[in-house]
Amino acid sequence: MVKATSITNTIRGLRFAHGEMTQAALADRVGVTRQTIIAIEQGRYSPSLEVAFQIARVFNRPLDDVFQYPAAQATEEETS
Amino acid sequence: MAIEEKRAWIMAVVTIVAYGTYLALVLNAAAGAPLGEAPYVYAMLWTIGGAIVAAILLNILAAIVSPRDGGKKDQRDKEINRLGEHIGQSFVILGAVLALLFAITGLAAFWIANVIYLAFVLSSILGSIAKIVAYRRGFQSW
Repeated sequence: MVKATSITNTIRGLRFAHGEMTQAALADRVGVTRQTIIAIEQGRYSPSLEVAFQIARVFNRPLDDVFQYPAAQATEEETS
Repeated sequence: MAIEEKRAWIMAVVTIVAYGTYLALVLNAAAGAPLGEAPYVYAMLWTIGGAIVAAILLNILAAIVSPRDGGKKDQRDKEINRLGEHIGQSFVILGAVLALLFAITGLAAFWIANVIYLAFVLSSILGSIAKIVAYRRGFQSW
């Protein structure tokens, strides 16, 4: 079984807040496929730092507003 | 479905059909006689050649019926492809080692050729399955 990523994101909410931007439109702006945007939104894929910054730039937000790494899970991972 | 996932499906299906055909032809040709003496060369060459041609044609067809994807390949596609190739490659090495041992111990060419063919088949099928699972279930690059 593939280990799920601990990184969460708010891309779906941000897309709706930006004039209901489609996954395809976001994919075009970032330069990835629509399937990759879907996988990122569903937490099935963690993008590279560069793609993460590109997504944040599309929404004109700092990286922390788009991607989160919850403290509880992060501490658990560090101690295990 | 991403174009690369379609390609992985095509590779898996074509390989299974080609190898299944090959096995049916050789087992039929052996017809109860020792397997090592069965004529296999033409069946092997034709199924390998047929699989290559079929895979090329199906890939072209997949690209035509999904113009929106346009064969676009991004970072995730490349990472998944690398994972699949990495998994598949181990079987090629295993096949080469077995073929080496077969040659050293003086086994018939039939067994050497067949263990190499089987290694290519397993490499292709398992590499494709790894890619499909990565596309479906998720994939983390660490």
